Amino acid sequence: MKVPSLRAQAAATVAVLAAGFALVFFYAPLDTEGFIQKIFYLHVPLAICSLAGFVVAGIHAIRHLRSGDAVHDARSYVSIHLSVIFGIAVLVTGSIWARAEWGKWWVWDEPTLVSFLIVFLLYATYYPLRYAIEDRERQARYASVFAITAGAFVPLNFLAVRLAEPLIHPRTFSSAGGLPGSMLLTFVVCLAGMALLWLSLVRFELAAKSASARLSRLRRALEGEAYAPPTSGSRIAPGVPSRTASASWMSDPTTPRI
Amino acid sequence: MPALPLDEAGKYVAAAYVVFVALILAYVAIMAAKLERIERELGELAELAEQKSARGGGSDV
Repeated sequence: MKVPSLRAQAAATVAVLAAGFALVFFYAPLDTEGFIQKIFYLHVPLAICSLAGFVVAGIHAIRHLRSGDAVHDARSYVSIHLSVIFGIAVLVTGSIWARAEWGKWWVWDEPTLVSFLIVFLLYATYYPLRYAIEDRERQARYASVFAITAGAFVPLNFLAVRLAEPLIHPRTFSSAGGLPGSMLLTFVVCLAGMALLWLSLVRFELAAKSASARLSRLRRALEGEAYAPPTSGSRIAPGVPSRTASASWMSDPTTPRI
Repeated sequence: MPALPLDEAGKYVAAAYVVFVALILAYVAIMAAKLERIERELGELAELAEQKSARGGGSDV
């Protein structure tokens, strides 16, 4: 399958997100919550993309452990990084909605909120865990194990949202009385836009990391450091290139794709 | 719970969307700073390569 260029994907992201937000404010009808329900079209796609990103990170982590290929470790790391940023947006937008709807920024007896917070805090520990380990090979391996283990908690969060008795979110893709057509269309466009945004940012960051690592190799070569050829099965922390380990994916002329 | 009036709800909705845009902008700004650093390093390396070739060593990359 031909992967579109990052520029084309970024343009598509802007177009789809703009269309989605236009639908939110000019097309989607108000429901019983009134205008405050417009936050739903931002908050829920962000949450879905964030959680799906954690799952993607787990899948890349599995591929990294199976193959030892550093590119999968980099993809897993960047996926978690972007999903944590999306997670911050989920928590803030959710709190704003809660303040408007319930008069409180946060409630602790809501399984949906608390389970998302647990997942978010779990992934927030990824960075200290990763960078507490100096040996790069172990760092990548332990980070992959973490990404797989933590990824197992994500379905629990989906389950908590579905099973929560006080139904905070409408059942978007439910066979029994989900969203009405116009709202569903708006939601799907917003979700597509948010997914494209997540993907574009992941590719953008991977491209930046790849450029940075190639630059480091070039500097070492120019400054006269002996060049060691790439070894198969080498691993490396993303963005922290080593002369030998980074070569396997940094020497690839194409930008690493996710 | 009765729906909030538009002037009240509008502030919250605007705040939520502004937070989203601000986060994306902050991220893009950080990435732009990184790219700037890469560009600067690239300039330094180009200079280094030129100095090497001027000394007669030729490019060894």
